[in-house]
Formats: sequence, C-alpha cells, structure tokens
Amino acid sequence: MPDAGPPRFESLNAVRSGLADVGYLADDSISGVVYLADRLSKPVLVEGPAGTGKTQLAKSVADLTGARLIRLQCYEGLDESKALYEWNYRKQLLRIQAGEHGQQEQDGPSWKELEEDIFSEDFLLARPLLEAIRATDPVVLLVDEVDRVELETEALLLEILSEYQVSIPELGTVKATQLPMVFLTSNNTRELSEALKRRCLYLHVDYPELDREREIVRSRVPGISEELADQVARIVRSLRTLELRKAPSVSETLDWARTLVILGVDTIDAAGAKDTLHILLKYQADIERAAKELLSVS
Amino acid sequence: MDLLSDFVTELRKAGLPVSLTEHLDAAEAMHHVPLEDREGLKYALAGTLVKSSSHWRAFETAFEVFFAVRGGHGVGGELGEDGDESEEDGSGDKDGAAGTGEGGQRGKGRSWNGAGGGEGMTPEELAELLFKSLMSADPALMNVVARNAVDRYAGMEPGRPVGGTYYLYRTLRNLDLDAVLQKLLGQARGAAAGGDGLTDLEERLAADEYKARIEKFRRAVETEIRRRLVEDRGAEALARSVRKPLPEDIDVMHATREELAVLHRVLQPLSRKMAVRLARKRRHGRKGPLDFRATMRRSLSTGGVPIEPRYRHPRPAKPEIFIIADISGSVASFARFTLHLVYAISSQFSKVRAFVFIDGIDEVTRFFEGVIDPAEAVARINTEADVIWVDGHSDYGHALSEFHRRWGDEVSSRSSVLLLGDARNNYHASQSWVVEDLQNRARRVYWLNPEPRDYWGSGDSIVGEYAVHCDDVVECRTLRQLEHFVGNLA
Repeated sequence: MPDAGPPRFESLNAVRSGLADVGYLADDSISGVVYLADRLSKPVLVEGPAGTGKTQLAKSVADLTGARLIRLQCYEGLDESKALYEWNYRKQLLRIQAGEHGQQEQDGPSWKELEEDIFSEDFLLARPLLEAIRATDPVVLLVDEVDRVELETEALLLEILSEYQVSIPELGTVKATQLPMVFLTSNNTRELSEALKRRCLYLHVDYPELDREREIVRSRVPGISEELADQVARIVRSLRTLELRKAPSVSETLDWARTLVILGVDTIDAAGAKDTLHILLKYQADIERAAKELLSVS
Repeated sequence: MDLLSDFVTELRKAGLPVSLTEHLDAAEAMHHVPLEDREGLKYALAGTLVKSSSHWRAFETAFEVFFAVRGGHGVGGELGEDGDESEEDGSGDKDGAAGTGEGGQRGKGRSWNGAGGGEGMTPEELAELLFKSLMSADPALMNVVARNAVDRYAGMEPGRPVGGTYYLYRTLRNLDLDAVLQKLLGQARGAAAGGDGLTDLEERLAADEYKARIEKFRRAVETEIRRRLVEDRGAEALARSVRKPLPEDIDVMHATREELAVLHRVLQPLSRKMAVRLARKRRHGRKGPLDFRATMRRSLSTGGVPIEPRYRHPRPAKPEIFIIADISGSVASFARFTLHLVYAISSQFSKVRAFVFIDGIDEVTRFFEGVIDPAEAVARINTEADVIWVDGHSDYGHALSEFHRRWGDEVSSRSSVLLLGDARNNYHASQSWVVEDLQNRARRVYWLNPEPRDYWGSGDSIVGEYAVHCDDVVECRTLRQLEHFVGNLA
C-alpha cells in the first residue's frame, strides 16, 4: 500500500468547520468518520435513507480538500469493463488489420511485437476505478449506490478498497501514487457482503435532528427567514413521526423551503401547507394522511 | 486497550459479527481521537465496529455501559468528582449551572437509597424544575433534574442484578410525564392567548416538540440510572443484564411488545431487500443457450468478429403458493410475519393464496388484492377473517379436512403448500391423511414450526404425525430463519 501522505485534516473540528464552509453541515458522527477515514486511510461506506446527503458528503469533501471527484455510478449489470478498465477492442482490431495490410507490401511487425503493442496502455480505456488509482492529482472516489451491483461484482472493489491497487493481467499491477479518499454509498436495498463491510468504515446517515435540519435549510435556501426555516424544520419533523410510506427527506425539505420562498410565504398555515404538501410527500396516501393527522383539513 | 477488548467481547456476545480486523481498526482509531471526547470515541468505535444500522441499538447499549460517563456530566464544568464512594452526588450544582434561582440547595451528598431524605428538593420543587428544564430545553438543567429524580424516586438498591428497567419505570411514574406534557401545552396555549390562540397546526407542532424534549429527558434518566448501576456492579455484569438480542434473533413466539415493534420496523426493509435480491437471482441466475441471432447482430460493430456472445435468458416457471396458517393466540405473530414476508415477494410466485385457521378455516387472499402494503392486509385478517368454528381453540384436524373439502382440488402439481403452526392440537384428531393427500397432489409440502425443535412432540404437539407426510419441517423461530426459508422457496 502506498504511503498515506500527510493527513488532510488537522483535527475533528477542522473537518466539521471545513465542511460547514463548503455548505455541508455535518454532525458529530459524520465529521468523526470522515476524520478517521483520512487518518486510517480507509474507505467510508455511507448508508441511510434516500435524500439525506450521502452523495453530497463526498462532493463536499472533494470541495473541501480541493480534490477532483471521480464518480462511479453503480447499476445492475455493471461489470469490470465499465468499472475498472477495458481493452479498446475496436482500436486493437484496427491495429491488427493495419499490420496485415503492411505485411502484403513489406515485412510488417511480427506477432510478438503486435501482441506487446496491442496490450499496451495506448489501448487501455481507463474506467473510474482505474482512473482514481492512476491519478496523480488528489482525487475523491465516489462509488454511488453500491448496493445496486450484484454480489459478484462487489468483489471487484475489494482489491482497490484494501490495497489501493488494480491488477491487470496483461500489464501487471497498477498501484496508486497517492491515496484517494473513497466513499461508497448505499441505499440499503440489500445486505452488502461482509468482505466489503470489513474493509470500510461504516457511517449511517439518518434524518437530521431538528436543530441541524433548521441550519441546513437556512444555509442552503437563500433568502429564507429564520421563523420560516424553523417552522419548516418542525413540520417536517412532525411528518416523520407519522407512519408514512416514504418520509420526507432532507432534499425534499429543501425543495419545499425553496418553493415557499418563491411563493413569498412568510408563515405557514394549515391551508398553505396542504397546497404544497405534494413537494414533500410523493404518495397520494401519504399526503392524505398527513393532511388529516397534522393539518386537520380535509 | 483492555477495556476495548472487553467491549468487543461484549459486542460479540450480543451477536454482532465483529472480526479481528475490525477490532484492530478500532484500536487504531482510538489513537486518533482524544480519549476525553466521549462522543468522538463513540463514533470512532461505531464506524469501525458496527457495520449495519440494525445493530446500532445493541452497540449503543453496550457503549453506554462500558464507557459510561463517570463523575459529573459536565454540568457547568464545576461539578465535584463523584469520588470513590459514588454515593456522593453533586446534585447541588444546578443553581450555578442553570441559574434558575432555586438557590440554597447545595448538594448535601445523599446516599442512593435515601430517597425519602428531606434535605434535597421537595417533590414540588423537583416538578417545577423539570417543567422549567423542558420549557427551556436546556440539556444541562435536564441532566440535573434527571439526577435528582433518580435520587428521589428510583429507590436503587446496591447489588441487585437488574438491568435498570424497573428503576426507570419507578422514576418516570413518579414524575408523571403525561401531566407535565399537558401542562407544557397549557402554557404554550396560554402564551399564545394574547393573539388568536394556537391553530391546530401550531398546537400539533408544539406537542411534537415537547414530546421530543420529554424523550430526551427520559434518556437522561436512563443514562443516569445506568451510570449508577455500572458504579455499583461493574460494566461486565451490567452488560449481561441489559443485553438485548439483535432484531433478527428475537424469538418471534415469545417477543415482548417492545420487541415486536422492533421486528415490525425491520420487517419492512427486510422484505424489500428480499424482493430485490430474488428478482435479481431470477434474472441473472443462469445463462441460457447461445442466442445466435443477437450475437451476429452484435458482431457488426466489430467488423463481423463475434467478440461478445449473447445468451438467451431462461424463464423458469414460477411456483404457486398455498399458505395455510394457524393464527390462534400462541403463534399469531409468527403467522403474521410469514404472511407479510411471502406477500412482499409475491411477484416471485405466479399466485399466492392464503388461508388462516384456528378451528375453522377461511381464505384471506382477497384481503391482499390491490393492497400495496401487506401490513394493512395482515391487520385486516385479524379483525375480519372467519376462523372460529366451535370454541376458538386450535383444531388442526378439523381445519385441514375443511381445507381439503373446500379447496383441495385446486392444489395441483405446480403448487407448493406451506403449513404454519406449532401443531398443538388440544388433543383433537390429527387428520394427517389430509397432509398425505396434499403431498401427493402438490409439488412440495413444507411445515414451518415456530417452536424450538426440542419441544416438538411434547405435550399436545403432534407435529411428528404431520411431519412424515411433509417434504420438510423447518424450525422458524427468528426472522433470520424465516428469511432463509422464504428465500429458498422462490
């Protein structure tokens, strides 16, 4: 494993205030784990409900450290050639055909030369994982929604996560010149393998507490008044206590707050809240329920 | 470091899979966080040791015990050390910390069980202070109140091997938090009375706010009690008494109300995960024969060289499921969980039909039609299904023969039959020929028994009589076992 290099963060508080500077309000557990990830040179596995700022965290850390963000969006059927590297078949094929033509006129390259040639870096297409490893500038690697790939594909990640290297049979092992910070996010649609979890620090991001949510609303929604932000945060918290099919997430809270600002609302009353409820809640049954329980207007 | 090892051992005992690497990581992580930063330490350990959100509760409990706050809770930073005696309690510093003007109460250092002692606060004063702390949401003040309340009401006896639940209950009962909530709401209403009073929305928001504060206070009391218990009996002993099984390991048949609530919470994500996993398994399970046409089409982009072969995807037949569940008292919650889980993955089956019985039997498939959330349908079964024939005690024999008479012909070679229950038949006739006949008709017959295997066949349990006609009889005590079985079914 390459040397870790100087730590990116001075202290826990530096992480927290730094993240706040780039517009991400972290709580104790988030800043603590980010700090440790840097110190222990370990990837972070971020899990939690959708829309709680998991992806945003990686982006903010990239912002904070001035690193380039390399993102690998996972999906079903993702494989080696999309995640790690791929040989450029078409170019290789052209190279071989070009060699054949050459042979007819005069002596072309021997097969041995050709083979060395077509399996060189020129014919290698670097995909996100390899790119992150080969980068010489500081990078943050974000593997988004890692729970969407199949169990077998997960194994691809293991070598990178623990050793920060990639083995390519034809070329040998590519080692990282610097250690990227790695974030994996998961929406928890399936259990990740033990092997993957073991290599990561685990961070569970849940819906924020009232105070933090209020601060998030205030920092991300320009022009919102303090009272409105407070009211928004409190209503959202109450909504989350109801048994809804999909509780409102932070991003939905922000959307709602923005809508209210655009509409020029100063204080929310029951009727006004009901009219804009569809921004917070995405199921008709939920909307009806919230209107009934919380707003007592039918 | 020893403390960490003990802590890891305790986590393993609680059922968390903590590997050696994770232990080492935790040890290294501890070097990087200042030890006096308790919250930081907690998250450092959580990040390295706990790898699933459903294990968080067990971790937190163990952490509270092992790394309990010793000494003052940092109230105003001026609390005296609790000292070796641990009976000494700095309850008096609240006036300095909170500045509420309740002067003259400098702590006299009361012993634990001197709850009736008159030198502390009177109940009225305590209630007043509690009210104020909740009104202002001042955590320091809350801790002081929690400490005093535990002093006064918990009546803790040193050396008793208990987990503290009882002390908690006693303290909270005496404080009567419901009344406090009403009072807080009254106050809020009063404050707004100058204007138009509170609207419904505002009132609801205020109520939620105060409930959250009260919950915080309750946790403060719990922490306080735990701290004292640790001082009394040591971390390890206490950890043993407060250890709770992980949600997947809770015995469904003997779950307490609280545990059932936990189970319901994990069931939702669990069934979703299963549905996703099985859908994938079906799609990617096997590769079919080479699809020659698609391969040739594909090869056009590489100049006619077939570099990526394409395969036909096989489409295996989906089984049809008959669930016949006993929903009498003893096994009701087990039946509910199973129905929930099977319906959550019903897309994996061509058809699911559900029957419930006690001594009569009724088809409940209709409840599940057009319902998005299986929980709703399961709730309706309890109230609407017609399952009582004579006296409402389980009668497997009658229920099964009735099933055979009314629906037996519909069981075909494409169906799998699941029988759910403990087969405690109250000494009625078993009618096991029904099961035998079902086995001849159906593809598979399974029996799921929520009782531990050791109890089978004891008392009025006649699972053995049915077992000979089943393809498999499975012990299903926990969600983990249930998930495993249902996963294999599809």
